[in-house]
Amino acid sequence: MTATGTYTPRPGAAPLPRMIAAQTALETRMLLRNGEQLLLTVVIPTLLLVLFSTVDVVDTGPGEAVDFLTPGVLALAVMSTAFTGQAIATGFERRYGVLKRLASSPLPRWGLMTAKTASVLVTEVLQVILLTVVAYALGWSPHGDPLSVLLLLVLGTAAFSGLGLLMAGTLKAEATLAAANLVFLLLLVGGGVIVPLDKFPQGAQDVLGLLPVSALSDGLRDVLQHGAGTPWGDLGILAVWAVAGLAAAAAFFRWE
Amino acid sequence: MRSEPVVQIQALVKRYGTKTAVDGLDLAARAGVTAVLGPNGAGKTTTIETCEGYRAADSGTVRVLGLDPVGEASRLHPRIGVMLQSGGVYSGARADEMLRHMAKLHAHPLDVDALVERLGLGSCGRTAYRRLSGGQQQRLALAMAVVGRPELVFLDEPTAGLDPQARRATWDLVRDLRADGVSVILTTHYMDEAEQLADDVAIIDAGRVIAQGSPEELCRGGAENTLRFTGRPGLDVGSLLKALPADSTAAELTPGSYRVTGKVDPQLLATVTSWCAQHGVMPDRISVERHTLEDVFLELTGKELRS
Repeated sequence: MTATGTYTPRPGAAPLPRMIAAQTALETRMLLRNGEQLLLTVVIPTLLLVLFSTVDVVDTGPGEAVDFLTPGVLALAVMSTAFTGQAIATGFERRYGVLKRLASSPLPRWGLMTAKTASVLVTEVLQVILLTVVAYALGWSPHGDPLSVLLLLVLGTAAFSGLGLLMAGTLKAEATLAAANLVFLLLLVGGGVIVPLDKFPQGAQDVLGLLPVSALSDGLRDVLQHGAGTPWGDLGILAVWAVAGLAAAAAFFRWE
Repeated sequence: MRSEPVVQIQALVKRYGTKTAVDGLDLAARAGVTAVLGPNGAGKTTTIETCEGYRAADSGTVRVLGLDPVGEASRLHPRIGVMLQSGGVYSGARADEMLRHMAKLHAHPLDVDALVERLGLGSCGRTAYRRLSGGQQQRLALAMAVVGRPELVFLDEPTAGLDPQARRATWDLVRDLRADGVSVILTTHYMDEAEQLADDVAIIDAGRVIAQGSPEELCRGGAENTLRFTGRPGLDVGSLLKALPADSTAAELTPGSYRVTGKVDPQLLATVTSWCAQHGVMPDRISVERHTLEDVFLELTGKELRS
């Protein structure tokens, strides 16, 4: 038995910033605890960077391979977290009623989405730090304006998040799992991440260049490898994907 | 306990495609414990989830603590606690971790350690949610519903699939909540649960409330006493009825299962057994019992509750 009065009602929501911070921390912990997610977001990008920088498998054009590969792998890292990882995790949260349960908690739905975004950004910061350290160790010499890089990463995150949430909120969890991994693989090969786009036929290049991962890796490469100014063309492509993806996700996302 | 209703539902209709799940349901739940009782598919979950703000009514009105659960969700949600029928927890989360998280979403939560202790969740340790037993998952969901110190708790089949001990622990918690002034709406298809816990029982069938009242009121509506026995199916209950006093009833509820109601006294018992003897029937499992909610349900709907 419990002392009388233990359960006497005293309802109230916690302050919003505290709720969002708690939710962000939980989402990030769940992600970092999940082995498959870590494989996707940490192990694969790092392995690809090390492998293709040190072993001459793919012709990456003039200059050091690591200077070509690092921007591509950074783009891949963003995609793995914001798109693939988020789609799969959110798909299963939807399937197992986590989103539903949280929807009747004091945390507003937009608060949950804010926390998910924050959790993705925290993970990306960790990825970027890790990949930067590894790339430097491999002899990377980046150029360009950090602000352009930041802008590209943020817009890329927005574009991939919109598409990932669209998938998670409309398909069955198993379908999301399969499709998100398939898309990851296809874009890894055909999105200018490791294999330069100019290896593809001209017609294919025009189409592939419009993919969000191509725009992100191309923009990052322009800045980091070639020291170019702000890549407005690539930013434009990412912005279109971000607006379309987030709008579609907002319209079609189902919570259960 | 007479006061403003904590839940007021008027003429609620909810359809899924061509299927009508809730069909003009009226329900007023007052402070205390209200059990929504009915068979699977009666519309219990749809009704409760409309109160929780998960689905909008096709027509009719729903007010919970005076608020519209969909339009005023942000004002309502901090004041209610929700236990879903299943799920609701990250598959990789630990029980105490998830409970601590829910506590952080509230301004004045319960002491998490005490609640973990109370519901025996300490034994979950560092095990991930997906590897907990069904009973542990149920108790965690219950804890999550009460940790924010709500005024009103919705429990959707809180003891489904629990072993007797865990079931009793859940009942004890519901009684403590009630004693401390928390209102509880629970759905169940267990008669004894409704009889044990509820101040008020609403019986739902086919999307409507077909009877509501305290367990005593509902049972009083029927006969005072009941005598049951089993024998071979298809006995002539008409001839039995002729042998009984005028205000009695006799019926074969399900094949081979007979019920006599009326003033059950030694005389009536003797009448029934001698009738059985005349017809060469061994009245197995003959019993005398007070009228139960199970009978009320059977009378109202003509079907067994757990089918």
